[in-house]
Parts: sequence; C-alpha cells; structure tokens
Amino acid sequence: MLILTCPYCGVRAEETELAPGGEAHLKRVDPEGSPEALEEYLFHRANPKGVHFERWRHAYGCGKWFLAARDTVSMEVFGTYPAQISEPPQELIDTIRARRPGWEPV
Amino acid sequence: MSLRLSQGGRLIDRSKPVKFSFNGKALSGFAGDTLASALLASDHMLMGRSFKYHRPRGVVARGHEEPNALMNIGAGVFFEPNQRATVTPLREGLEAASQNHWPSLETDIGAVNGMLSRFLPAGFYYKTFIHPRPAWKHLFEPFIRQSAGLGKAPKEADGDQYEYLYQFCDVLVAGGGVAGLQAALRTGREGKRVLLLEQAAVWGGRAISDGDELDGQSAEAWVAQAVAELEAMANVTLCLNVVVSGVYDHGYVLAAQALPDHLPGGESPRERLWRIRTGKVIAAAGAIERPLSFAGNDIPGVMLAGAMRDYLADFGVVVGPRSVVVTNNDDAYRTAFALKAAGQAVPLIVDARPECDSPIIAAARAAGIEIAFGSAIAKVEGGKRVTGVQICAQNSAGSALREIACDAVAMSGGWSPAVHLFSQAGGKVIWDEASAFFRPDATRPPTGDDGVPFVSVVGAANGYLEAAQALADGAGEPVPDGVQAAIAAVWRMPAEAPAKLREKTWLDFQNDVKVSDVQLAAREGFESVEHAKRYTTLGMATDQGKLSNINGLAVLGDALGREIPQVGTTTFRPPYVPLTLGTVAGEARGPLFQPLRKTPMDAWHDSQGAYWEPVGHWRRPYCFLRGDETPEQAVAREVTNTRQNLGLLDASTLGKILVKGPDAGRFLDMLYTNMMSNLKPGRCRYGLMCSENGFLMDDGVVARIDEDTWLCHTTSGGADHVHGHMEDWLQTEWWDWQVYTANLTEQYAQIAVVGPQARAVLERLGGMDLSAEALPFMAWAEGELAGIPARVFRISFSGELSFEVAVPAGRGLELWQRLMDEGEALGVMPYGTEALHIMRAEKGFIMIGDETDGTVIPQDLGLNWAISKKKTDYMGKAAQARSHMTDPERWKLVGLETLDGSVLPDGAYAVGAGENAVGQRNMIGRVTSTYHSPTLSRGIAMGLVVHGPERMGEVLEFPQISGDVIKARIVSPVFFDPEGERLHG
Amino acid sequence: MQFRRRHSAFAIAREALRHHEGWQRTWEDRPLRRKYDAIIVGAGGHGLATAYFLGKNHGLRNVAILEKGWLGGGNTGRNTTIIRSNYLQDPSAAIYEKARSLYETMSQDLNYNVMFSPRGVIMLAQTHHEMRGYQRTAHANALQGVETQWISPQKVKELCPIINLDGPRYPVLGGLWQPRGGTARHDAVAWGYARACSDMGMDVIQQCEVTGIRSSNGQVMGLETSKGPVDCDKLGIVVAGHSGVLAEQAGFRLPVESVALQALVSEPIKPCMDVVIMANTVHGYMSQSDKGEMVIGGGADGYNNYNQRGSFHHIEETVRALVETFPMVSRLKMLRQWGGIVDMTGDRSPIISKTPLGNCFINCGWGTGGFKAIPGSGWAMAELMAKGGSPLADPFSLDRFREGRFIDESVAAGVAH
Repeated sequence: MLILTCPYCGVRAEETELAPGGEAHLKRVDPEGSPEALEEYLFHRANPKGVHFERWRHAYGCGKWFLAARDTVSMEVFGTYPAQISEPPQELIDTIRARRPGWEPV
Repeated sequence: MSLRLSQGGRLIDRSKPVKFSFNGKALSGFAGDTLASALLASDHMLMGRSFKYHRPRGVVARGHEEPNALMNIGAGVFFEPNQRATVTPLREGLEAASQNHWPSLETDIGAVNGMLSRFLPAGFYYKTFIHPRPAWKHLFEPFIRQSAGLGKAPKEADGDQYEYLYQFCDVLVAGGGVAGLQAALRTGREGKRVLLLEQAAVWGGRAISDGDELDGQSAEAWVAQAVAELEAMANVTLCLNVVVSGVYDHGYVLAAQALPDHLPGGESPRERLWRIRTGKVIAAAGAIERPLSFAGNDIPGVMLAGAMRDYLADFGVVVGPRSVVVTNNDDAYRTAFALKAAGQAVPLIVDARPECDSPIIAAARAAGIEIAFGSAIAKVEGGKRVTGVQICAQNSAGSALREIACDAVAMSGGWSPAVHLFSQAGGKVIWDEASAFFRPDATRPPTGDDGVPFVSVVGAANGYLEAAQALADGAGEPVPDGVQAAIAAVWRMPAEAPAKLREKTWLDFQNDVKVSDVQLAAREGFESVEHAKRYTTLGMATDQGKLSNINGLAVLGDALGREIPQVGTTTFRPPYVPLTLGTVAGEARGPLFQPLRKTPMDAWHDSQGAYWEPVGHWRRPYCFLRGDETPEQAVAREVTNTRQNLGLLDASTLGKILVKGPDAGRFLDMLYTNMMSNLKPGRCRYGLMCSENGFLMDDGVVARIDEDTWLCHTTSGGADHVHGHMEDWLQTEWWDWQVYTANLTEQYAQIAVVGPQARAVLERLGGMDLSAEALPFMAWAEGELAGIPARVFRISFSGELSFEVAVPAGRGLELWQRLMDEGEALGVMPYGTEALHIMRAEKGFIMIGDETDGTVIPQDLGLNWAISKKKTDYMGKAAQARSHMTDPERWKLVGLETLDGSVLPDGAYAVGAGENAVGQRNMIGRVTSTYHSPTLSRGIAMGLVVHGPERMGEVLEFPQISGDVIKARIVSPVFFDPEGERLHG
Repeated sequence: MQFRRRHSAFAIAREALRHHEGWQRTWEDRPLRRKYDAIIVGAGGHGLATAYFLGKNHGLRNVAILEKGWLGGGNTGRNTTIIRSNYLQDPSAAIYEKARSLYETMSQDLNYNVMFSPRGVIMLAQTHHEMRGYQRTAHANALQGVETQWISPQKVKELCPIINLDGPRYPVLGGLWQPRGGTARHDAVAWGYARACSDMGMDVIQQCEVTGIRSSNGQVMGLETSKGPVDCDKLGIVVAGHSGVLAEQAGFRLPVESVALQALVSEPIKPCMDVVIMANTVHGYMSQSDKGEMVIGGGADGYNNYNQRGSFHHIEETVRALVETFPMVSRLKMLRQWGGIVDMTGDRSPIISKTPLGNCFINCGWGTGGFKAIPGSGWAMAELMAKGGSPLADPFSLDRFREGRFIDESVAAGVAH
C-alpha cells in the first residue's frame, strides 16, 4: 500500500486515492511518425528493476496527474513532481544519483 | 492425567464456572480459561487428529502457534472450523468438536494411514496413482481430499458482523511484553503518537508467568506500573486482543482485533480489522519455543516447556503428576521449578548439552532435581497419552539407558525470535550461530517510502531472550550479557538416531512431516529450502512453520552437509496468524458490497416495478414489469408503446462532461475522430472517441453551448473514464492549451422523451417553443419547461421523434412525474435499457460494448462519415494506419436476418470453408447484437463479417453448439424506417 | 520415453522396506559444459517444457536449462493452478487447448503424478454484458474444438452448492462451463519436467545466472554466466518477469511490464467445492486444493513492481467478492498471502517469437495466464526453435504490435486469468 505525496495539493495520498498511469515522459507519436516510432510509443516500456518514472493521478483527491520517481523493488519514492514537464527535474535526478550511486537516467 | 490444581491460575476466576461442551459432552471450566486449558483441566489430553496419518494429538503450545488443538466451534451461522483452542476464550455454552476423524476422536478409521506411514513418505503421491489415467480424478483424488482437510466446511452465511478501524500513528509497537512496554514508554515519553497492540488478553508477555524480576520489582508490579503510565499518556493508545497481522509497504500495517465481549449474533462486531498507517514499527512480538526432535514427540502429553509453565501459572492446570523435562537450553529449567513448586514430580531433567553450569542449573541442583547431561530421549512411550520415556545418550544411536514412567514431557529446543513482521516487509534475517536462531539483521531492515528503515525489532524478537535484556533493549539501552548457559544446537535426538526412530520423529506436527521426510527430500535433490518445504509440506500447516521451520531447516542442512545460513530460510508472508476472511471483507457485504449509484428518479422506478440491471456502479431499469409480465413481454410492450405513442427513458446516467476554454475546440478535435471545432453554438453532433491504439472507446452527442463551451455526452459506463482520459491529455501532454473540463454527470437529471407524442407532451408542460422550426433535429435549446430550468436536445437514439431534456438533478423527479401526468392521456409509459437497445438496433445504431469490444475501429463499423478526412491528427489516427488496421480482410458491420425469422443466438459465429493451420473451423463473421424486434415481429441482428458490406444478400451459416446450423442473410443494418421519416415526427 | 527409474506403487513399497534410503535424485546435478545445441534460460514450467519437447518432439537432447534460482521457483510455484482453455480468440484457444490436452496425459507422459484434476471450470456471468460475452465464447469454442457450454444458474448451483446465486448486486445469470478444465499440482509440473529432461540427458543447472549474451552478425554465439561462459547454437529465453533484463542483454526491447499479482489460501477444510469458479465482474476466483485449502486469486496491481508483495487492498476486494459469492467462506481464515511478478504485454497475450537475433527466441508475457499454458507453450516454443516456425506460436510473434494485430482476450467480458 503505497503512499505518494501529491505535488499539487500536498496530500500524502494513500494508494487507494490514486490511479496509476504507467511510464512517464512518453513522447506522443503523431500520424507523421514512423511505424517503428509508433510501436515504441505505444508498447515499449522501460520496466526497470529499480528507478522508474511513472504517472499517477490523484483520482480521489484533487484530480491532478503527477509524476513520481519510484524504485520498483524497494518501493522507495525519490520524489513526485507536476506532470507539466517533459523530463525529470535535475534536482530529482541529483537526489536519485545520491541515493543510488551508479544509476544514470536512460 | 491432566487436571486442575486446587490453587493457582492467575487468569482464571474460580468463582465463575463456565459450562461448555466438547464432542457433545458437557464440561465446565472457569472464566478466564481458554478452551485448551479447560479441556486439559478435565483430562481431555486428546484434542484432534493429524492431517495425514490421523495420529492422536494433544495440545503442544499455549498461543497462536498451536498446530494440533484445532476445533470446530459453534453451529449454524456461527460455525467456524480450525479454531485454535489455545486462543479461544471459554464462554458459556461454547460448543467445540475435534476434527479430522471418523467415526470418533478416540476411534478413527483414518489412523490406518498412520500404520501404513512407512508406505506414505513425503511426496509419495507424486510417484504413484499414475495409472490408470481416469483413476486419479475418480478414485485417488476423492479419497485423498476426503482424508485431508481439517475442519468441516461451514454450510451457512456468516451470522456475525465485522468492521474496519483506521489508525494513524508515529510509532506502532507490536507486542505488549516487557520489551514492547519499554519501547512504548520510551517513544511515548518523547511525545510521539504511539499505538501499542498486544495479541493476548493481558499485558506483560511471558514475564509474569515466568516470575521474572524487573528493575528490582516483581514482573507483575513492573508491568502494572508501566501500563498505568502509558494509560495516562494522551499520546499513547494501547489495546489488548489485537494481533498485528502484517506489515506492508510504506508503513501500512494490518491488525485483527477479536472483540472479547462479543457474543455470537450479538449487536457488536465479532472482529475488527485495524488498518494502520504508521511512521515506524517497533516489532516486539517475542519468541516462539521450538520442539525437540525425538521419536514420539507428538504423543499427547509432550508439550513445549514454556507452554507447560504457562498452563500452570495462568490456569492452574498440569499434565501430571510426573513430568520429565528435556532441553538443550537453560530456559526449560524454569518449568521444572514451577512444577516442583506446584507439588508435581520432576523425576529428571534430560539436558542434551555436555555438563555445564549457570545460575539456573545450580539452582536445579540445589533443589535436588536430577539432571542427566549429554542425554536424550530415545523414544516416548504411549499412544493416546504419554506413559514414559526411554533415555539414552545424546551422542548415540538411541539404545535406552533407562526408562522412566511419566505422564508428561516438557520439551524445549530453544526459542526462535518472532521475526515475521520484520521479514514480511522486506527485512532480512541472519543466523546467529551461538544462539542457534535467526535474528533480524539490523543492517538490512525494511525501508519506507523515504528509503529510511521503518521497522525495528526489540526484546526476544530481536534475539534478547532474557527479561533483563529485553528490558534494556526495549528502552534502547545497551543490552547486558545474559546469565544463561549457552544453548546447544540439537536438531536430532539422539544424534545418530536410526531410520526407525527418525520415522517417528515429527517436525511439522499438523502436516505430519518427520525428520525422515526432510532427509528423503534432500536425497531426491530437493535441496533448496523452498523445494524441500513444498515437497514435504513442512511449514505449510496452519501454524505456517512457527514450530517447525527452524528444526526442518537444520535437518535439511544436516542432510546436505551444509550450514544453516547456506540453506537459507523461507520468506515470511502475512498474515502472522490466520485472519478471518469476514474480517478482511469488513462491512462491505450484502447491500454494502459496493457503492450503488442511483439517479434522482430511482425511487420512482423502484416503486413501479423496475427490473434492475447493473451498469457500472449504477443501477438502471432493464424494463418495468407490470402484473405477471415476463421481462421479455415488458420489453416488447415498451418498444411498441414508444414507437406508437410515447416513452420515457431515464437517461441521467449518461456522462455529461463540460469542456470549456479558448482551446476547447482544438482539444475536442484531437479527442474525437470527427471535427467538433466547427460545430455551431446551439447545434449537436454525434462523435466517436478512440484510444491511441485506434480502437473505438466511446461515443456520444456533443452540443456546443457557446463560443468556447462544449458539452460532451458519453456512455453511462464510460463517463468517469472519458473524463479521466480528457484530464490526462490536458494535464500531461497539452498542458499549455487553455481548456477546463468538468464532469457534470450527476448535476443533471436527463430524460429522453420519445415517440410520436413526444412534442405534444412537452408542449403540454409549456414554457419552450419546441416546434421543428424553432428546434430542428440535432439542435438544442435552453429555457424552462413546466417552470423547471431545462436544456432540450433534439436528438434521437431510437429513430423516433425524440427530445432529451436535462434539468438540475434535484428537479429530475419532478419533471419525470410531470411528464408521466401530462403524458397519461397520450399513452406514456416508461421504458428501460433493453427497449433502448432494441430500438437502436432496429435503426442500425451501434452500441459501445456490443458492436465494439476493444478490438473494433470505427472503420469496421461503417462510421467513416464520422472520421474527419481534413484533420492531420486525432487520438488513434496514427494507429489506424497500421497494416492490420487497414487490412481489407477486417470484418465489417452488416445487418443479419435469419431466413426463418428466428432470433440469432448471442455471440454466434459464421463459418467459411475448411479449417485454419491449427485445425479450427475458419470463421468469417460474428453476431454483435441480436434481438427479437417487436416492431418487425422477427429476429434482427447486427454483426461483423469479412467483406460484409460487399456481400449484401448472401446467406451465411452460423453453426450452433448443438450442431444445428442457423442461416442468416446479410442485409443493411438499418431495419426500420431507413428513410428516417419518423424522426421528424 | 525411457526413465532411469520408473515411479510406481511397487517402487514405493520396495523402497519402504529399506526406509526410503534407496531413492535417487529427481534430476541430476551436473556441471555446465562448454557447448550445447540449445540453451534454455529459465527453468520455470515454460522453460522446462520447451526443453522437454525439444528432446521429445525434435530429437534435440544436447540441451541445457539454466536457472538463476531454484527451478520452478517463479510463477510456476506461485499461481492458483487453474487450467482451462475457454479463450475467445483463435490463437489463444489453440495454444491453451493444446496445453490442456497435454495436461490430460502429463502424469503418464512424465511418469510423475502432477495431479491433473479435470474437475471443471465455471466462469460466472453476473451482468447481461458478461452473459453475452460468454455466449460468444461458447460459440467460438465450439468451432475451435474446445469443449465448453453455457449453463443456467441452476446448473451452476448444482455443480457448486456453496455459491450464492442471488447476491443483491450481481446475481448469477449463468456461466461458461468447461468440464475438462481443472487444476494440477503446480510444483510437480516443474519437477516432473525437470526429471524427464534430466533423464533425456539434458543438463538442468540451478544457481546459474546469465550475466551477458555474446552475439556476432545478428546471431547469438553464447552466454556469460555465473558458472562461466558457454556456447550454443540456439537460445531460448523463457524468464517471464525478467525478460526485459535478458532482452536488454541481447540488445532488443520488449512490450512488457512487470506487476504483482496476488493470491491467498485459506486453512484446509473438508471438501466443499468440486469445481473451479471464476467471477470476473467482482474479480475473484476460487478452487479447493487437494489439501483442502481454498485457493483464491484476485487482481493485479496497476503499477510496476518486482517485490512479490503487492498492495493489500486488492486482497480486500477479492475477499469481499468471494464472501459475497460464497457466503460460507466468511468464517474461514486466510492462512497465507503472496504475490507473483507477472509480465504483461500490450494486449495481455503472450509472446512466443523470433527476435532480432537470428538464433534467439523468446517466450514471455504470459501475464496472469501462464500456468495453464505450460505444456502448450513448451510445445510451440520447441517447434519454433527447432523449425523456425510453428502454427501455434506464429500468431504470438513480436511483430503483431507493430501491425496492430492484437490478440485481446479481455474483450470476452472481464479479465483473463
């Protein structure tokens, strides 16, 4: 039963208040994109054993989508941040590097 | 024999006798007894039969770890199997029955398994019952199932209630023994919000019955003082009878409370599930004593030494009068003292260790108790109760040096810290060679959401078994060295026990796993502890290995020639003790099983014969039954009346999502396959929504309210999903677009007014000009109807003249009633979802969930007219260009009419010639919707067929499961009023 | 095939006379050799079955099966043991029915009692939508050669007397009945295959982790392992939730995500349920093991997870559903709860496919449906590896995602388990 802090309303939200939304920072491919790019966008997922950037919606709270960096093994949450960003914030990357020496963003 | 002494028993009230029954026999105990202590007090040492060999078994432990004394308790709606007698409080009228025997506990036919035990070693069933093939299902398996199982299956629904309790705290202390009380005091004094939970009915853990001395006081006085101080702290909550069941990620903890004042069927709940969020967990769950592995260690009368002491101190009960103590550690000496002090005979302490010394050993010598060091029990004599023991040297093959007649054996193989809570949440344990147990590895604890350890362990659970150590550890102070002599790791007794002894030496009592079974597993290559466990079923009984795991592991390691740390341990899984499923379900049962959404007109429907259908969490009338009608008859009546006169449909469940802002048009153009930005205010348009994978996801009518506002109608089941989908894209992809959405589904009641008399009834209500000129098809208007503010949408899903009227939810029932009143003269009838479905099918309109199933794209359904050619992009457009999506062989929507007018069965498939590469009949199409049309008096259907639209008039074959074949002709999907004349009234 | 020592009642009686001290290892413990015709990575049910059929059907016996932990220790030993083939889509029905039919004779084929118990599976319909979905499945199954039928609520009650047909929210409207579906002893499937592979001369090597894949010119040359390097002509990757890690080593990506799927068992009770029941509307399924435990499964977490724990609220939802559907379970007790890491693909159907590396094949993505597929999956994977193509496997190729050629089972009403 995870707890994630909603970066909008500040609530440390119970998992039951949240709706998971899969991998974060996917780049949408429009009809101009190649079939390979489309396949990548629709199906290929990072699925790391370790640091994962992912989407959550505070569905039974403020309703906002936000992003989280979470370890898929230990469940440690390195941070949550608003969804209006195309890459993880540098500060968060630094935090993760400090806690997971050797880890690099893909 | 076992009996109650005339004195003693700190937990019982001898002034309050309690009557109960066991296997139909009337017995009596005292208030404060457990079922087990009361049975022992009345010389019922035989309490059950084991799982596999049906061996006679008595109680071996004091608490939740008891593997043998499991009972069927109660009757009827209060019947419960597998209740541990050791933790079942005795209450007036309790009906208990022993389990797993036939015809009786004393004489059990199943015991023949025990005589054949030599032929039924671990895993024997993998090696036999192979031939002949049907015999497993019809002969062997039923026999095995019947002789396995323990308690009887309940037959009725549960007559009791359960509830949840939510708790939040900084520190949860699991266990109210000395260490737990200390930890609660420490953190409580720091001002933390502390929750202290104890599984037993009294505080203090083992300290009081063990007669420990703490800080110079008696344990009793110390505990009373600690509890008084904690009770006085406003920031500390403490509760007895609550078992901490599981520790989960991020500080989530479950605990189960047995409500002690509950009576079967009483007003109060029977059990309560505590759902706790805590910052930290301090696990102070104590330690669990291990049996010793000697032949006959399962005979009733052989008990854990600590348990024997507990029964004496807590209930004044002994199995006596002569008890032999057998041990590999100092702790069991206390049992000898306690028995002596109560006037019982202890002819011998059998100590497997080489001669050693410690204060307690010295005390035993001083008390004149004979100690045989370096000795072992070769074999326990007796059948349904202990009659004596054979003593041998520990380092021998078991040749008896002497025999001692006795009634009981108190055994102690040492204590295992209860590391379960620590391990469940991901903590690792390490083997402590000197103490011969696994203890929590403080360097590898479970971590929380912040990556910081959140579970710590104190006291005996942390490996500090002596009271003074627990006292210090709980307080967070340096832990003094213990005063006991070192334990000797004795995993087999005697060390060289031959096969015939090992075959009678039990590791897992309930599952009948013996030393020889674990050795067999090792011999057969089941070397991993997980393999050995699964092969032998060691540790998989209802005590989940609390007594057997370490002993089994050691035997396995020994057989493999490996040290215990190399063998490893199994993972501890929740729950710590078995958790009642009713408690897990809580109050969510019957009408409260799931939330039920009701429209404002729900009560009216219910009073008018609504035959309900669940739609998502909503309930909607499928039809309204009149008199003795069947649902089919009601549906036909509703369709016919709507087409001939006037029908009302409660459409309030339809999703209504407002989309507003300067970029709303642009946004809707991305969301829908067709163009929405060029819709004129005051007009409506039917739209399709696809997923990014191209599949049709939802549909509905979009109305443009004003320059930057659109109202999107969705399907009833899809409203929340579509709203979430919109928010997803607005918040995470196009966050710079200026668009707001609001899900107004429940803000409006919506009524479809349908049929030739639709306009007439609305005109009777008065207030708006709804003429064809003022409100043409696919337009909408705002005004007042019957004095109620309303939006009227001139749209139709039935092919009839139709208006959908939306009013504030609070006035929905009023409007509905006015329509019924005014419509009476016009022949009004309400109709339900099935009539809605039939009427749309008669018109060839698709239904999400029928024509679509998550694999269908709009192009399959002939909806190309609703797909904009102008737009360069919309959700799903890229995916719809993939090769399989544009394949001309995709099945396309058509109408289907059976040649004989019958109704095609739901889900029927049409077949072509031959078979495919894997031998399946080639399928060329399927039915998506099929109904009897009351309007056309024949069956109509829609379906998807390969090259369907090009094959009008062709006859397809739909084979039935019965073998019959139904023939149906491909026709246009529009069965009724293809010119659409009725639409205009 | 020839077994070194056949199992039988006679063999047990013979060994009993010498206190069972004459039994031999179930599978041999052999060292890793330097070169194999084929290597299978992953000694779960699917990997072992693949090796078994490589040997049995295609005569390939110079084979090693590498396992980083202990064999059968992943989802093979962590599922609810349900076997059924009443799937909707042709490719699924074909491979699951192949698997089911192989389960029928598995105990005899392997000379190891896997306790296949064709006691029948009912999938409950509790909404009209679900009812239509299952009627569709029944029609499809009839054409696919899968024996199923649509049955009435009364028949459901007859087959499973402990069911409550008239739940206030979701009354039972009928069910899809597969009389030859059932259960089997999950661990025994892995052990039986391992024994057969070992007896065919294959090397089953546990505690051997693959640390790298050596390739050249689009072909796999060999592997680096914790027990040293090894060469192979063909490679089969059959590692379920860990497929992503291996694929990365081989240099390609997969449309797979790993999530936790949870299950629980009750304490054992005397027989009270002779069928397997799945209730997809309320997300619960239940059967009774031969030991008497009620074996219960539920939904999967929605987030990526590798820790085999999962969130408790899924257990709560499942238990609520079952208390509603089978009211008598309320007074039973949950004995043990656990999670398995399941690998889910974009359409929730498995992948049995060639890969960008010519002689490397992958079998993964079984999600919640892996156990029931084991023999069929092994059969198809072995054929694909031996011949380069297989009618059972071909529809499950990786390129279906690029083409949009989904095999989506969730359409048949509810979830696939």
